[in-house]
Amino acid sequence: MSAVDPTVLEPEPLKDAGAAADRRSARRERLRLLVRNPSAIIGGAILIFWIICAVFGDVIAPYSPFATDFDGHLPPGGTHILGTDQLGRDVLSRVIIGARDVLIAAPICATIGVGLGTLIGLLMGYYRGWLDDGLGRIIEAFLALPVPLVALLTLAALGSSTTTVVLTVGIFFTPIVARTVRAAVLAERENDYVQAAKLRGENGLYIMFREILPNITGPIVVEFTVRIGYAVFTIAFLSFLGVGIQPPTPDWGLMVSEEYALIIGGYWWVTVFPALAIASLVIAVNLVADALQEVNER
Amino acid sequence: MSATEQRTAALKVEDLEVAYDVRGVLRPVLRGVSFEIQPGEAYGLVGESGCGKSTTAFAAVRYLPGNGHITGGRTLIGGDDVTAMGDEALRELRASRISMVYQDPGQSLNPTIKVGRQVAEAFAVLGASKDEARERAVEALRRVRIADAERVMERYPYQLSGGMQQRAVIAMALACDPQLLILDEPTTGLDATVEAEVLDLVATLRDETGAAILLIAHNLGVVRRTCDRVGVMYAGRIVEEGIAGEVFDDPQHPYTVGLLRCLPRRGAAKSERRLDTIPGSLPLIGTPLPACVFEDRCTLATAECRTVLPTAAHPRPDRTVFCHHLDRVGELVAAPVTAAVGEVAPGDVVLQLEDVSKTFRQGGHEVRALVGVDLELRAGETLGLVGESGSGKTTLAKAILGIHAADQGGVIRLDRETLAGLTTQRPADARRAIQIIFQNPDSALNRSKTVRSILSRALSKLAGLTGQAAEDRLEKIRDEVVLSPRHLDLKPRQLSGGLKQRVAIGNAFAGDPRIVVCDEPTSALDVSVQAAILNLLADLQRDEQASYIVISHDLGVVRYLSDRIAVLYLGRLMEVGDAATVFAGPHHPYTEALLSAVPSVDGDPPARIRLEGEVPSAIDVPSGCVFHTRCPRAIEGTCEASEPPLVEVETGHMMRCHIPIDELRRLQGSDAD
Ligand SMILES: Nc1ncnc2c1ncn2[C@@H]1O[C@H](COP(=O)(O)OP(=O)(O)OP(=O)(O)O)[C@@H](O)[C@H]1O
Ligand code: SF4
Ligand code: SF4
Ligand SMILES: [Mg+2]
Repeated sequence: MSAVDPTVLEPEPLKDAGAAADRRSARRERLRLLVRNPSAIIGGAILIFWIICAVFGDVIAPYSPFATDFDGHLPPGGTHILGTDQLGRDVLSRVIIGARDVLIAAPICATIGVGLGTLIGLLMGYYRGWLDDGLGRIIEAFLALPVPLVALLTLAALGSSTTTVVLTVGIFFTPIVARTVRAAVLAERENDYVQAAKLRGENGLYIMFREILPNITGPIVVEFTVRIGYAVFTIAFLSFLGVGIQPPTPDWGLMVSEEYALIIGGYWWVTVFPALAIASLVIAVNLVADALQEVNER
Repeated sequence: MSATEQRTAALKVEDLEVAYDVRGVLRPVLRGVSFEIQPGEAYGLVGESGCGKSTTAFAAVRYLPGNGHITGGRTLIGGDDVTAMGDEALRELRASRISMVYQDPGQSLNPTIKVGRQVAEAFAVLGASKDEARERAVEALRRVRIADAERVMERYPYQLSGGMQQRAVIAMALACDPQLLILDEPTTGLDATVEAEVLDLVATLRDETGAAILLIAHNLGVVRRTCDRVGVMYAGRIVEEGIAGEVFDDPQHPYTVGLLRCLPRRGAAKSERRLDTIPGSLPLIGTPLPACVFEDRCTLATAECRTVLPTAAHPRPDRTVFCHHLDRVGELVAAPVTAAVGEVAPGDVVLQLEDVSKTFRQGGHEVRALVGVDLELRAGETLGLVGESGSGKTTLAKAILGIHAADQGGVIRLDRETLAGLTTQRPADARRAIQIIFQNPDSALNRSKTVRSILSRALSKLAGLTGQAAEDRLEKIRDEVVLSPRHLDLKPRQLSGGLKQRVAIGNAFAGDPRIVVCDEPTSALDVSVQAAILNLLADLQRDEQASYIVISHDLGVVRYLSDRIAVLYLGRLMEVGDAATVFAGPHHPYTEALLSAVPSVDGDPPARIRLEGEVPSAIDVPSGCVFHTRCPRAIEGTCEASEPPLVEVETGHMMRCHIPIDELRRLQGSDAD
């Protein structure tokens, strides 16, 4: 610049040096809030417990989950803290090892659902028009379906395997995620930076993925966590119905379904402990999701 | 104030100190604020954003946010100590003797409840029965000059314009017949003409009710028009106080002098002078301050200023100033203005608009937002677009940019080449030639990117530069928009408003644009920052030979930057001409009204034209001259019958009016007498 106003040369300081430092650590700040949040602490603790079970299950579990060399239906206590089942397998070991499949399957379901849903939501929110109308209608129709029934039929038709269960659950999550993401994109695209990108000649893909997506990660992360919770429940439910994970895998839903009829006979422990495991994991994930959302909205 | 000395002040603030609890540490923001408002008096508080204006207003009625604490001093309302009041008494006081109106009427109104019920509710809480409350609500709406009160009662807030909403809020605020009405930026965000109406309303109501008024505004013109006295705040202290007009015409504190010198006043133009800026910025919350809070930025500061608290001095009757070196303030006032660094002689025509129209379709209706606009823009020239909200300024700018396509039939030419309607259909060269600086940098800059990545991307897309060439050019741009190297690695939220706007300007200039649209480029900024940005825009224009299209409701800004002015009303050009000519007159009757509506820090003309009513809907445009429904000079029988053409009334001065220019000159000349 040829001639510069001397008064302008004096660079304006940062908005607020103290605050700027805070903002630099905005993410750290959010983490701090999260760590202080009671639902995050409780949910996180339970979640970590199950993750440890999933990873170190073989070491922690007192017996092999498949070993049938004990007496059947031993009540809780003694050498079998949670008792044994009909076939004489140790319930505690089966519950501990059972965490593994669900903790692998549920995040995969959520990833499929959130991945596809984000893609579709971005397309709908960014392009709007006929694309949005068309996909919107499909989503509405989809959401009106009795999901468990349709999932059941799908799996019955495709045959159950862990892969089909995970794919089906993931795809069933997609429309809900798409709707959330679409709403976020609609709000975000009102910003002038989207306009500026168009005036710069950016294409739609760049604007969607490089400009808009980084700014809507908050709701997407929340959606991801919520979906994990639903996935745990849905997988267990499908196993319970017999179209999910197949025996003899130590799956919680399967364990509940195998012997729930025997509760009346007094053998409650075989059913109740895996059921509690499902409930605690679903609740834990939801507590974490709630906390994330709360921190996000501040 | 000797006559009123014996009366009990409506509001008396004594040595008020307030601190905010920021993560466990008390950070002082008010450092001993004292002032008094007499019954029936209007008092204005002005100063840069963050200096403590709103905190003062909130603290005065003990309505601070949860982490705010009054750490010293007291406030008295009608003689009662608010700071010592019990909760019950405080509730009683707030319900019956004071009212507050905030900037955004949308926040004070519940969008899901009809306006009538909300206003009636204000009376119901005072103990009126249901019918009575309703009746009094209608009355209250009439009192704030809402003509069709009965019908307005049945509407939802979103069905009312901003000005109407703000009136409804004022009607609610007046329900309890307050002794003190606090208005915090009541007209920010409203159009100049609507602002003028609201201010007139406030003035009338003050006369009618005798309420005292505390008005907070960053617009000094608003304060000058509405207030008797003004307090200039800086970093939690009032540094100068006096009669509004006198303070603005003859400031005595170095800060007030600086603030006023930042403004493009009295017809200042970029071709004549640069604007002064106040170097540095407001101290950060929590930093320890020298005895005189302005010391860091004061050119007169001496060692004494650091250590000795300045005491009240009275260099003029009715004036209080806190400064050690009053004798030297004259130097600042008399300091010569910085001359402009060379002028740009407008070159060839770069942009030509012929018969450009834009029609929106809305619920089966045609909204003609722009009708037959013909314009030309030369290289290095600035065209100012003025007009009320809804006049089509943004629509026109968007058509030029290709954000939306103008109607078939019109032609937009860049260097004699006809341009496609949408930017996506235009060749890359044409696209990079026309860029925009948006009003709000928060929205214009992607908050997830660093300044470096924002500017680099603009360079690669607009200038086609990558690698070392891009880095070199990035450095050059950074230098041109006066950012320091460390700013490059920060994200927008870590920058102040002024710095963000510099990034946005750098972004627009990345590809050597020929034409830059500036849509309210400084309206989100403080005056001292605004001055720096306006200087920057003038510098860039001179160095880059760029043409500007400037949209602003601040006529001082438009006048400072513009070489030519186009006045729009309901999508039609009403007047086009050289800036000096358009501002000097004779004016088109609409321009005349617009100029007279805008509150100026230099004071109002003796006879102000009040433009009544709102801009008619673009769906149902008035017959004949579209302005005739509001035109104070309309000729009955002619103006509603036929639309006047846009004709050249003097060399380079176009106007659309039935009244011949000589007649206008005579009419406007005689009014001024
Ligand atoms: N997308 C749209 N759909 C329908 N009508 C529109 C649209 N955009 C603008 N309008 C209408 O066009 C007219 C001109 O609007 P425009 O935004 O250009 O005014 P403006 O002078 O820029 O106002 P402001 O000062 O508030 O920005 C108004 O009547 C407005 O309601
Ligand atoms: S007291 Fe000193 S530093 Fe403060 S305004 Fe006066 S001259 Fe400037
Ligand atoms: S033509 Fe008539 S109504 Fe229109 S501006 Fe002129 S005097 Fe007013
Ligand atoms: Mg506009």
